[in-house]
This record gives sequence, C-alpha cells and structure tokens, in this order.
Amino acid sequence: MTNAMIIPARRRRLRSATSEPTLVKWLLIGLCLAVLTVLLFAPLIAVFDEALRRGWAFALASLSEPDAQAAIRLTVLVAAITVPLNATFGIAAAWAITKFDWRGKAWVITMIDLPFSVSPVVAGLLFVLMFGANSALGVWLVANGFPVVFAVPGIVLATLFITFPFVARELIPMMLEQGRAEEEAALTLGASGWRVFMTVTLPNIRWALLYGVLLCNARAMGEFGAVAVVSGKIRGQTTTMPLMIEMFYNEYLSVAAFTMAGVLALLAFVTLTLKSALEWRYADQLAATHRH
Amino acid sequence: MSLYQTLAARLKRLTLVPAPVYAEQPSRRLRFWPMMATGALAIGVTLAPAPQAQAQGLTLLNVSYDPTRELYREYNAWFADWWEAQGNPRPTIQTSHGGSGAQARAVIDGLAAHVVTLALAGDIDAIATRTDLIAEDWQSRLPQNASPYTSTIVFLVREGNPQNIQDWDDLVRDGVEVITPNPKTSGGARWNYLAAWAYAEANGLDPQEFVGQIYRNVPVLDTAARGSTTTFVQRGLGDVLLAWENEAYLALAELGEDQFDIVVPSVSVLAEPPVALVPGNVTDDNLHALATAYLEQLYSPEAQAMALRHYYRAWDTSAADPEDVARFPEVNRLTIQHFGGWAEAQPLHFGDGGIFDQIYQE
Repeated sequence: MTNAMIIPARRRRLRSATSEPTLVKWLLIGLCLAVLTVLLFAPLIAVFDEALRRGWAFALASLSEPDAQAAIRLTVLVAAITVPLNATFGIAAAWAITKFDWRGKAWVITMIDLPFSVSPVVAGLLFVLMFGANSALGVWLVANGFPVVFAVPGIVLATLFITFPFVARELIPMMLEQGRAEEEAALTLGASGWRVFMTVTLPNIRWALLYGVLLCNARAMGEFGAVAVVSGKIRGQTTTMPLMIEMFYNEYLSVAAFTMAGVLALLAFVTLTLKSALEWRYADQLAATHRH
Repeated sequence: MSLYQTLAARLKRLTLVPAPVYAEQPSRRLRFWPMMATGALAIGVTLAPAPQAQAQGLTLLNVSYDPTRELYREYNAWFADWWEAQGNPRPTIQTSHGGSGAQARAVIDGLAAHVVTLALAGDIDAIATRTDLIAEDWQSRLPQNASPYTSTIVFLVREGNPQNIQDWDDLVRDGVEVITPNPKTSGGARWNYLAAWAYAEANGLDPQEFVGQIYRNVPVLDTAARGSTTTFVQRGLGDVLLAWENEAYLALAELGEDQFDIVVPSVSVLAEPPVALVPGNVTDDNLHALATAYLEQLYSPEAQAMALRHYYRAWDTSAADPEDVARFPEVNRLTIQHFGGWAEAQPLHFGDGGIFDQIYQE
C-alpha cells in the first residue's frame, strides 16, 4: 500500500537523491514527535501540573519545610564535593590514557567504565558490605566516630562511584582525536610538563570538560539507587532530594513530592540550557577545536 | 556625588565606544575560567547559609516501619515538649521509615538506631539474634508484649465493592487482582499471608494451595506496605488491597471516603507492632534515659489517644476521642502464637527456601 503510493510519486517529480519522499519524511517526523510527546513532554508537563495543582504559594511553601531544605542542601553539598573530585580524576585519567603509553592501559579503561555497567543497587550494597557494621573496617570507623554508611560520607562515596566515568568518558574520545602533535610541539620548544598541560592540553579540552562536568553534576544530584541503599533514610539528615521525593510521595504529600521533582527537573533544564547557550555563543571556537 | 558622576561618565563612555566587531581570540579564551569560577561561587553561596540546626539537647534516632510516619511525626513533637517540660533540654528526634524487614536489615548493617519500632517481633528478633545490640528478652521489658498499639489486616476495595469481595476465599477467584507487598521485606505482608493461611486452615482448605492461589492473583509485589497502598490508591492498580487497618483508614482519610470501602474478613490477625530499645547503640546515660522515656511514654494516655487517632487499636482509651475508639469493628483476631510464635513461623514460612519461596516459584 505504502509502496504503491511512493513509487508513482517518485516518477512524477525529480527529487534530490539525499532526501526522502514527502510522505515518508512527515511520517517519520510525526512518529518521532509522537514518541517524544508521550515519553518526554507529557510526563514533564504532568510533573509541573501536579506540583502547581494548589497554586504557586502552596508549592513553594512545601519547599520551605525544614526537611525539604535539608534535602536540598545535602544534595548540593554532595554534588559540590563529588563533581570537582570527579572532574580532577577524570582529567587525570584521560590525560594519562590519551597522552602516554603504558602497560595495563586497556584494563584501566575498562575499570573506568565499571560504574556504568554495575547496577546502582549493587554499588550501594558494595559500600554497605565494606563499611557496614559487619566488616572490621566499618566497626573500626564507627568506634572512631567516623561512620560511613547510613551517614553523609557514604552518600558522597556512592555518588562518587556512580558519577566517576562521566568526565573521563567525555574527554577520552576527543583527546584521542586531537592527538599528541601539539603537546609534542610544545615539548620541543622547551615547555615543562605542567606548562604543556596548562597552556596546550587544558584549553583544547575545556568544552568537553564543561560538558562532562554538567552531565556529572546532573547525575550526582539525581542518583537514587545507590544512595537509597547507603542512606538509612533519616529525615533531614541523610535524605537527598531524590529520596525526599519518594518519601513525600509515600506520605500522600504529592504537591511537595512533585514540587521537588520539578526543582530537580529545572536543574536539568538549566544545565541543558547553559550547555546550548555556551555552544551557540562559542560556536567559532568549537569549530576551531572542531570537536563536539 | 563625585563618585556617582565619575561612574556615570564611565558608563557613558562605555556605551559610546563601539565594540570591536571581531573580538580577539585571547580575550575570549579568558572568559571560560571566570565562568567556571562564577559557577563555583554560586554553589558556595547556596551552601553558605546552611543554618547548623544543632540543638543543645540530645539526638534520638527512631528506626520505624512504613505506616507509622504520621503517628510518629505527631508523637515526636509531643514527646519533645513533654521531655522539655520535665526540665531537660529539648531533644531532636529523627526518624527513618521503610519496609520493616529492610529497616531491621539496615540496623544489623550499622544504622545507629537508638530505638526500633517495627512491624513485627520477628524483625526485632532478627536484630537480637544477628547482633549484640539487643538482648534476646527484649519483648518482656515493656507492657503488652512491648506493643503500645496493635492493628489488624483488612481489605480495602474500590467504592461500592464492584468485585463483591467479602472474605479471603474471594481473593482466589479468577480475574480478581490482589495488591500486597513482598513478605520477605514487609512486615504487614507477613501478617497478610498468615491471616490467609489461618482462614484456609479454619475452612478445611489446603493452606499452601490456597495462599499460593492468592499470590498468583498479585500483579505487583512492592517492598513495603506504603508502596502497595500507593500502587492501589494512586496508580489505581488491582481490585483489593490487603492492608493494615490503620493504612486503610489513612487512605480513606487522605483520598476521600467516597473512593474506597473497608471490608473486614471473617478471620484476621492480632498484629502487634512492637518497640524496643537498642542498648548496643545507646552508650550515653542521658541518652539511655531519653530513649527509655520515649518508649515508656508511648503507653501514656496522651500517646495512646494519638495512636487511636492514627487508626491504631491502642490499650488505654481514657484520653481518647470516643469516635476514634468506636470506629473499629469486632474482628476475630488470631495471635502469632497460633502460628507457633515468630521464632517458628518466620523460618518455616518466610526463610530461605521456606513455604513462601516454594509458592512463589510455581
């Protein structure tokens, strides 16, 4: 049926070899939009609709509750600790992997990907096993007044683990593509290793780095599974925003739950907008370093 | 005055000087780092006003199960006032809620609970046997089997009871969808299971077969009671929810009495959600006094009235609203002793490879 309609159309009109028949084109675009609407736009609108069901004032009031405030602060704190650390680790790993040759490199690349392939729940349990009351290390830590699981350090560790690959994974392909020629040129001109890194490597990778950091940040704020396992769910103490959303929802406080969900979604929006704005503003530079 | 003028003049000059059409590369390059710095500053500002809400008083952690959220929110506020009125510094009381079994597991793994208020004695027994935190005889240390309030299992059905569900045998009918959480992780679910078991026994049916048929009608097994309630009430799944009586009444109160009906089956259970001190985590004498008082005051007339208001069946009705007391219908309630006590029932039914595992593998 569809073929029968397409073939005569092709004979009648000359069409550029790179484009599709109009019908197919619109069908595909329509399908894509329909899927996006069902999977992305509609749920997103539903979140905000539910949050504002009883008006702005009510939604904002739910955010000013002490537990909600504590959850927001904890989430920002966790992101503020994990993102800079993972940015540093990510740069170090990417630099070592792309600019130097050494044995065991392939193995390290695999290890960097590990957090992507391990289920977050497993990651969380891993920390409970390591630092929980049933391990010698855990007992020693608690005895010395530094509990890890069911406390903030555990949440930071779990988030660190989950978000580890984001920066490195973003940098490695680009740095491989850029090659080592510029660094080698700098070295022949007598620059020290540090200077090469600061004046040649870092300026070349900063956009990919920023992108990696934004992604890492979004995940650090949104991580649920691993954090749920190590959190202990103490209200106002070890409850991050995603955990708080579930709690509110379970307590029939759906406005509070969806308002907080909306805040998380808005953070993601800000992240994406920031990235798009930067890409648009610095398009020429991006073209100059030609990646992304 | 002059400062203002200089500023104004500068501003004017700034606007008058035409911007270079092609900005030089280096000047643009520099902007990347100020931008990052601004980002870091923004994070710093967000974190800075964090008021360190450190109360001078002690901090008590109550690790509880799912449906007690509303009860303990009220009780904690009342108890903090009461403790302060006794001439003590005001305490900070923290709570953690989840599936009863999962919460016990967390305490075993090191969640530093000072008191546990769980759904069933079996979960506190698990802490007592697997760790040194709680003594084995914990249940004899407080009145009424250490259970300040009790509950039972009822059915919550949709308004008008369209599937005409009256008793346990209606749950095995074809096409009836039953919502109940996973007995492995949820205390309430274990009571649901045992009540169904008791019904089969009383009516000359094969209990394992009967309970198995019920679970074949369960489309989703949530991990905790509250999860099941939301599945049934907010997501609209299933025809009947096997629920704690207090959860069922709470759902009615929160979401409207015109949406659901409560059905009381012919046989149910006397669910005793017990409370216990966790001496292993209470190292300080003052904290010990606070935690002990916290549990003992659960038996005070005020707290008992509170429990009744939150749809628990409490013992002392002297301070309660008569309406809260009159609400509960008479139910034939079997105790855990009918099943040989938790020490026997837990491994037999819910242990690894126990009857529930056998049923669920079919």
